[in-house]
Amino acid sequence: MITLYDKLWNEHLVHTYESKEALIYIDRHYLHEVTSPQAFEGLRHKQLSPWRLNANVATPDHNVPTIRGDSFTVEAIDDEVSKIQVMELDKNCNEFKILQFDIESKEQGIVHVIGPELGFTLPGMTIVCGDSHTSTHGAFGCLAMGIGTSEVEHVLATQCLRISKLKNMQVLFQGQPQDGVTSKDIALHLIKLIGTAGGTGHAIEFAGSYIDSASMESRMTICNMAIEAGAKVGLIAVDQITLDYVEDHSSMTAEGFDKAQNFWKTLHSDQNAVFEKKIIVDVGVLKPQVTWGTSPEMTIDFDGNIPNESDVHLDQVENLKLAKTYMGLENLKTLKDLSFDRVFIGSCTNSRIEDLRSAASAIKGRKVSAKITEAIVVPGSGLVKAQAEKEGLNKIFEDAGFLWRDPGCSMCLGMNPDQLKPYERCASTSNRNFEGRQGNLGRTHLMSPMMAALTAINGTISDPS
Amino acid sequence: MSNEIIQGVVAPFDRDNIDTDQIIPTEYLKSIKKFGFGDYLFDGWRYLDKGFLGMTSSQRDINLDFILNQPPFEESQILLARDNFGCGSSREHAVWALRDFGFKAVIASSFGDIFYNNCFKNQILPVQLSKENINILFELTSQSSQSFTINLPSKELKVGSDLLLPFHIDDNLLNRIIHNLDDIDITMKDKASIEAFELNYSQKRPWLFK
Repeated sequence: MITLYDKLWNEHLVHTYESKEALIYIDRHYLHEVTSPQAFEGLRHKQLSPWRLNANVATPDHNVPTIRGDSFTVEAIDDEVSKIQVMELDKNCNEFKILQFDIESKEQGIVHVIGPELGFTLPGMTIVCGDSHTSTHGAFGCLAMGIGTSEVEHVLATQCLRISKLKNMQVLFQGQPQDGVTSKDIALHLIKLIGTAGGTGHAIEFAGSYIDSASMESRMTICNMAIEAGAKVGLIAVDQITLDYVEDHSSMTAEGFDKAQNFWKTLHSDQNAVFEKKIIVDVGVLKPQVTWGTSPEMTIDFDGNIPNESDVHLDQVENLKLAKTYMGLENLKTLKDLSFDRVFIGSCTNSRIEDLRSAASAIKGRKVSAKITEAIVVPGSGLVKAQAEKEGLNKIFEDAGFLWRDPGCSMCLGMNPDQLKPYERCASTSNRNFEGRQGNLGRTHLMSPMMAALTAINGTISDPS
Repeated sequence: MSNEIIQGVVAPFDRDNIDTDQIIPTEYLKSIKKFGFGDYLFDGWRYLDKGFLGMTSSQRDINLDFILNQPPFEESQILLARDNFGCGSSREHAVWALRDFGFKAVIASSFGDIFYNNCFKNQILPVQLSKENINILFELTSQSSQSFTINLPSKELKVGSDLLLPFHIDDNLLNRIIHNLDDIDITMKDKASIEAFELNYSQKRPWLFK
């Protein structure tokens, strides 16, 4: 009676050492420009080459400008330091012969968006990337986790990761959400409930009747946010929804797919498998969630009260005060009167087609508030962008006054020109509301694509019903 | 040369959830080097202006209220924090920045998982203690600046003459710091095991090797 995580661990176990370390074989390695240059430099220094070339897939996403148009080349990046980093990825992928969807490619996009949609993420894989949101791929019944740059080098050189086994945690999302409540709200609510360290040291398996009927896009959003609950691994069992998605997106032959799916169908926790921690959440009673502070656990109902010093444990008072000061919320009881300056719809959490459809449906025929300086929509990949344009979503956004951009991580972390100015307040569909995350002294409120779109229209946080 | 004792001034950061974006902001992740991040450690708290890659501390508007800008903490080797230190992004630059500033150890009641792993690749010792013990250490450091001694082989933290706190850490990981071992060198000793595994596995799951 073992869990899905245990099965994936056993399947890839090369060697167990004394103490708790083990050597785990890695099936897929995603690379981007920010956390890989030092790893390639290390390979060169040690005179090594990648162990298994076709395990690796690269794309630039963090630094890329989102106003590019059709004939953009890397030389056109204004920021010289960003340009060097993107060119370094080109150089390294060329030198080591690694498959890259470069800045000119129609398939370029956020690495966690393009991996699944191009069929590089397959059920049962171990997947790593020098990026904490690699947990996203767990939605496919994968053991997927973010790693540091030394580990990127280690995986390139040895095709393995030296890690200790995590504990098992199960989160059951039961019921069906009310209108206006999405996978993002469910993820934020969980983080509020268990805290940003609630899943530390654990792999979280998400299950329950909500997950059973959720789309792959929603499952990816939930697994993506596992790291914000402290769990570097989030995962979901393989079912027909997974198999249908994979069949649509992979380039496997029908025969190959049939053979593989016999194995994939075994990728679920056994009945009576033991989890060290179990949480049950009734998603039917949830309201849309919005963060008020500087940690994703500082989340409330969109119309709820911002916590006071008397609402928190004594040792949390200082954290609360610091967060309120940073966010400019002193003496405010709720978020409803806050005026917003910017809106960002995008990031590896919420830039897939379902997210864009949801945001567009909330604003059709309406206009962005005059109070909003800038509202941008950044599709997660070239393919998402093309699909959205085919459906006319870009027109809905542009008619409303949103800016329709080219794919990349963009304002999730402000490594490209899309940054908040000091004290600007942003409704953002990204994953982190840390101090300065979207720009020095910028103020981030995390929420779903629908809530962010409505905030653009009204200039304030408003009721989706 | 082995690295068995870490001794130095302790900088207390009385705060939970210090994420890696605070340890080093995104701007500095544009570097393609593995060194030179010390001037950007805790950049948003340490300076009053916005910095860029390539600027040094002497070119910046220093925040004198920030602990690392005050004596004797500019010379700190040990950082003391509370829960969930190093949560958030996987950026190893956070550990590189701590190392380049001069830190040798971080003491906290819990750590972000990815940050914790990254420490061992860079000679930074993460020491995990109970919340009760962390409280005791914060009480001591709030009275006067302190110097701690950490004995790695015996896994003990020593404060003054009468407080000795044992801590738990995986022996293999600890040895990497004591003997400054490289992970790839160690794993390559098992090259034959990886090759054997791969051969068997590629027959079992052929679609992964197309």
